[in-house]
Amino acid sequence: MAALIRTVSRLSRTNREWARGVASLADLPETHDMLRKTCRDFADNELKPIAGDLDREHRFPTEQVKMMGDLGLMAIDVPDSKGGTGLDYLAYAVALEEISRGCASTGCIMSVNNSLYLGPVKNWSTEQQQETFMHQDFLNGSKVGCFALSEPGNGSDAGAASTVARLEGDHWVLNGTKAWITNSYEASATVVFATTDKGLKHKGISAFLVPMPTEGLTLGKKEDKLGIRATSTAYLIFEDCKIPKENLLGQPGMGFKIAMQTLDAGRIGIASQGLGIAQAALELAVDYAMKREAFGSPIAKMQSVQNKLADMHLSVESARLLTWKAAAYKDAGKNYIKEAAMAKLAASEAATFCAHQCIQVLGGMGYVTDMPAERYYRDARITEIYEGTSEVQRLVIAGRLLKEYADITSW
Amino acid sequence: MRPSGMRRLFHYVITLGYASAALSAQFCKMANLRVLVGVKRVIDYAVKIRVKPDNSGVVTDGVKHSMNPFCEIAMEEAVRLKEKKIAKEIIAVSCGPTQAQETIRTALAMGADRGIHVEVSGKEYENMTPLHVSKILAKLAQDQEASLVILGKQSIDGDNNQTGQMTAALLDWPQATFASEVTKENDHLKVIREIDGGLETVKVTLPAVITADLRLNEPRYATLPNIMKAKKKKIAKHKAADFGVDLSPTLEVLSVEDPPVRQAGQKVETTEELVTKLKDSGVI
Repeated sequence: MAALIRTVSRLSRTNREWARGVASLADLPETHDMLRKTCRDFADNELKPIAGDLDREHRFPTEQVKMMGDLGLMAIDVPDSKGGTGLDYLAYAVALEEISRGCASTGCIMSVNNSLYLGPVKNWSTEQQQETFMHQDFLNGSKVGCFALSEPGNGSDAGAASTVARLEGDHWVLNGTKAWITNSYEASATVVFATTDKGLKHKGISAFLVPMPTEGLTLGKKEDKLGIRATSTAYLIFEDCKIPKENLLGQPGMGFKIAMQTLDAGRIGIASQGLGIAQAALELAVDYAMKREAFGSPIAKMQSVQNKLADMHLSVESARLLTWKAAAYKDAGKNYIKEAAMAKLAASEAATFCAHQCIQVLGGMGYVTDMPAERYYRDARITEIYEGTSEVQRLVIAGRLLKEYADITSW
Repeated sequence: MRPSGMRRLFHYVITLGYASAALSAQFCKMANLRVLVGVKRVIDYAVKIRVKPDNSGVVTDGVKHSMNPFCEIAMEEAVRLKEKKIAKEIIAVSCGPTQAQETIRTALAMGADRGIHVEVSGKEYENMTPLHVSKILAKLAQDQEASLVILGKQSIDGDNNQTGQMTAALLDWPQATFASEVTKENDHLKVIREIDGGLETVKVTLPAVITADLRLNEPRYATLPNIMKAKKKKIAKHKAADFGVDLSPTLEVLSVEDPPVRQAGQKVETTEELVTKLKDSGVI
């Protein structure tokens, strides 16, 4: 009898944990909490001290990326059997937030490798392609990948890809230019989207796996960015770039679908990055407000400062719950497109808001490079732009919302 | 061959046989070490400690707790011994309330093979002292047939620095405390201890108790794959009574108070003035 009760309670505990995961996201399951602690300790010890230098020197954190690979952070949701860490997207969201809290650039590198490169490779590649493009090196931090969708002529308008690929015997020949490609200078492979059939419009776009470096592919100059300066961002220029026929990812014409699904998941990553930056800005503002004295007492006692801190904390906490919900929905196999868009929108706006207010609380100190506030301000700005601008997110949310209401006959 | 020569050869072979059996038993014993590591759940080192208004102790409710830093170092050393194939199995043990299991799971994620949770809660936990804990650890070490017990030199809440020493005494085992380096040499361990005068090197035969000091090693991060693996490892639950240990208090805490607020000092112009002031106040 006791054994029966024990078994039943053990089963319901598992179900309860899932229900708890979606319904009440205030507490993380124990594993995720331990994971959060590891990532936080790593970020505090290894990333925070050097983040300023990485930004100043525009330097890619090769050593730290390798350490993160050893911890299992560069391939979080790749299954155990393939050599990855085999955790879920909630774990990815938690880990990425803590890493970004230490250094936003490193968070970006981690996000591009996990969501934008390993995402499509894991989901659509063949066993043979995985031997090269999902080799252990891409999972353990020795190599990173990148994602080439945007072009000089189209960002939000992804369906108008002007990069073309034509089949010539045993090879695909790629011609065109890709813009704003993160990790370009350090990547050993990329997922590229090119038009194979112009007549089919966006259904004529296909995805390809291209090793880097390769003949016919040159990199443009490194962009001089406002923020996330430790990452390299450049043009990928394809001039009669030949790749083997076997490097087609998925089926011809599947490219747009692959891109959109990859970006849906990537949005949870960028949301987490935004949360990390926002949280770092909030903590800096609180710390400063409790120490800085004006008019006889710490400025944290002033109502106007308290209002700011409250608004900042509210924005981060709300965005965090949205992010965890989107991740939990994805892990449960539910449709998470709207939730991911909401998470990215909320978190990126929280990041820019918190970074802005952080400088305001710090006053003059927030404007100089002695304090990281100015770096948070610069790093936060990109989160509202890449992987779907805030405007595109609003279109996605409205689109899904209207679809849901169209299904209801009376309300 | 002369019979005496044959007999001598016979004796020689037998002696060789015994010697190699003895040595290999020693060797096997060395390579098959079962290590018991104590891990304590304490208030996190970064948290500001607040004394309870009634001066009966410090506030622990809702306060962030984590593994005692010296216990982390002890755990790391055990894992390194296992990686060097000197230790075969690591058991992480903690005496405390239900939440102590989180600490044991962290130990499992660092590389322990299984855990033992001795459940002690409420008033009994508040009154628990190193003597109680060492009695439990000593019995456990015998029950589990451990050859090595590694503990942190002290915990950052009690700062007693007694548990390791008492455990060794109860077991009548040699102890090497404040270890800053542990090396295996043939059939014993060479331990370098940090003492007031510098460093002391001791030779310790097994079984033994070692307590870890700060510079023994740098604990590793629990990797994500290990955190996942830790979920499958077992934690056995016990009560102090299972080990025949009575948790009746042996000490009574009369009062816990904040250290006195730092008083302002005095600035002097010359060394002579300093010496005069010190003489006048009776300090020298």
